[in-house]
Amino acid sequence: MNNAETFQLTTPTDLEIVMTRVFDAPRKLVFEAWTTPKYLPQWMLGPEGWTMPVCEIDLRTGGAWRFVWRSSDGKEMGMSGVYKEVLPPERIVSTESWGGYGPETINTLVLTEKDGKTTITNTKLFPTKESRDMALKSGMKEGVDASFKRLEEFLSTLA
Amino acid sequence: MMTSAHLDMTFAALADPTRRAILAQLALGEASVMELAEPFAMSQPAISKHLKVLERAGLISRGQDAQRRPRRIEAAPLAEATEWLENYRQLWEGNFRRLDALLDTMKAAQVKHKKHTPKK
Repeated sequence: MNNAETFQLTTPTDLEIVMTRVFDAPRKLVFEAWTTPKYLPQWMLGPEGWTMPVCEIDLRTGGAWRFVWRSSDGKEMGMSGVYKEVLPPERIVSTESWGGYGPETINTLVLTEKDGKTTITNTKLFPTKESRDMALKSGMKEGVDASFKRLEEFLSTLA
Repeated sequence: MMTSAHLDMTFAALADPTRRAILAQLALGEASVMELAEPFAMSQPAISKHLKVLERAGLISRGQDAQRRPRRIEAAPLAEATEWLENYRQLWEGNFRRLDALLDTMKAAQVKHKKHTPKK
């Protein structure tokens, strides 16, 4: 449960956002949860009320991916990209672009396993510092309250 | 709410370790250029240059005392810069907690699947 405390979000350079997190599962499973249309829409959702009705993944070098999120009031947000490097279950490099607006980023996901636990490092490389800062800004203020609420709900299920 | 250009300046100002150290020093209380130059073993012009960057970013301001012209820290831009990072963090924290739950389910399914094989 204390894996939540392992979550780190840093901006080591002007162009990057880097996330690290430990998961209590072998990396084969984490990789699967991260790259399978069956699993991804179950967790990569963002703010409360959003679903992921489209999750297309062609997991091979040169293969395309496309995700679309939909809010409860019908707003849609999509992103897509191409896999540059696919090395199951330890490494994926892909491009990511948010449709018409925002720049393309290069995302590198690295998974390492130790004692049955998996550490992921997810690096987003932006073309400019300005675009990196904009992405941070759009970290969705509306998501904050929702996250807290979800956290409370989650904690109440423990006990 | 700051503009993106202003936030750029904040991040640029914070990117330098000496400037972060100056801010850390000022967090303890206001200080003059001379007082700041001392612990950093830097010339006053060098310190002044860093202070100018911090001032432009709105991270510090000058106090009333016309003689010492002490610099002091301004909390708001700093708070906003970290708030953005914090919002982004909250978003992913929610995702990762869901992923934790999913991985538990996946592990349980795997154990069930392997029930008849004695070793894992």
